[in-house]
Amino acid sequence: MRLLTHNMLACNIKGVTKGFPLAIEVTKLETKESEMNPDFLRHIYPKLDWKALHDAAHTLGLNDIPEQVEPAMLEDEDFLQKFHHALLEVHLEEGALICPETNRRFPVTKGVPNMLLNEDEV
Amino acid sequence: MDCVVELEKHTTVDSLHSPSSLRINRVKEHRKSFSSWQVASPRRRSASIRLVARHPDVYEPCDDSFALVDALLADKVNLLEQRPSLCLEVGCGSGYVITSLALILGDVGNAQFLATDISQTAAQVTRETLSAHGLQADVVVTDLVHGLEKRLAGSVDVLVFNPPYVPTPEHEVGAAGITATWAGGERGRVVIDRMLTMVDNLLSTRGWFYMVTLTANNPSEICQIMKKKGFASRIVIQRYTEEENLHVLKFWREDLTFDYDYNSETGGGGATPQSSFSSKMSRFAFWK
Repeated sequence: MRLLTHNMLACNIKGVTKGFPLAIEVTKLETKESEMNPDFLRHIYPKLDWKALHDAAHTLGLNDIPEQVEPAMLEDEDFLQKFHHALLEVHLEEGALICPETNRRFPVTKGVPNMLLNEDEV
Repeated sequence: MDCVVELEKHTTVDSLHSPSSLRINRVKEHRKSFSSWQVASPRRRSASIRLVARHPDVYEPCDDSFALVDALLADKVNLLEQRPSLCLEVGCGSGYVITSLALILGDVGNAQFLATDISQTAAQVTRETLSAHGLQADVVVTDLVHGLEKRLAGSVDVLVFNPPYVPTPEHEVGAAGITATWAGGERGRVVIDRMLTMVDNLLSTRGWFYMVTLTANNPSEICQIMKKKGFASRIVIQRYTEEENLHVLKFWREDLTFDYDYNSETGGGGATPQSSFSSKMSRFAFWK
């Protein structure tokens, strides 16, 4: 699971009002290189919750993601490379996602987060 | 259109089986015919069946999967023109469809692909299929789109769904193993109807929703339900086997008017403006 997907996931247990962003518990990370597509990054940027990406990246040890982004930075090759790496190249292979409100743990196994709820949580 | 020629090539006639066993038995037929069919369609850009990962509990690509991919191929010109940012497949199973969609849209290159399945095994199989084609997309294990609906609200440009549509006893819906991949409860509508309630929230203003249905699901009624939610619809592909009449339906927000190339149904011959559900009523009549 990449941080791109982490940015899209929220805990939706019945009654939870703020299930986003999910905290990350890292057991195993993998880096898989991929070709950078600046247009994709510029396109996806406005859809991201940047603070969630920033915090998640820091949890994964990617400390060069700035807290705030200026539009001009999206033209900067160096920044785009770091953005690309954090968003798309680092995969959480084993670990968990934790609901910020209930501390419910959603396991991540072989790169796949399991968001299934129990019957009493729906 | 090259895709139209392909439509008939893997439409096989099955011997009589119960609906449930039917979906498995058909796979063997397709395996036999697929290699020659693939050679015959060198321009096809869908997932290679030989690279699709398998597991006994995961539904293998079959008539319905092929119909859905053919519908996407038939709509390729429009898909490329729409330049989707986010494509989501719900119930990805083997990964054949999401992989094909990613290959179809490969030329535009700016789309994000996401897939969900309720089965952890299916999610792994989809990952393997994507990876065998050199693609990266994330897969989430969840019930339909739970956990994604808040953040994806209004963002999904292409939503694809091949539901468990076979009419079965209610208790088979969501049962263990392979049964859950086809068991659709009464009229095959249990999972379909749950999904229909989520489409409006998920789709972007320009979003499209493609879904496979069976005649027994009453697609006409499905279109009417969606019409009340503000969606126009059309049949992208109809496919008849001895056992099943499959339809791939496409929905879009009715307040948007498109005027783009659409020639999949007739097999070519120029542009036809996208038409709304009301003008299709005569076509739906035979379902009743």
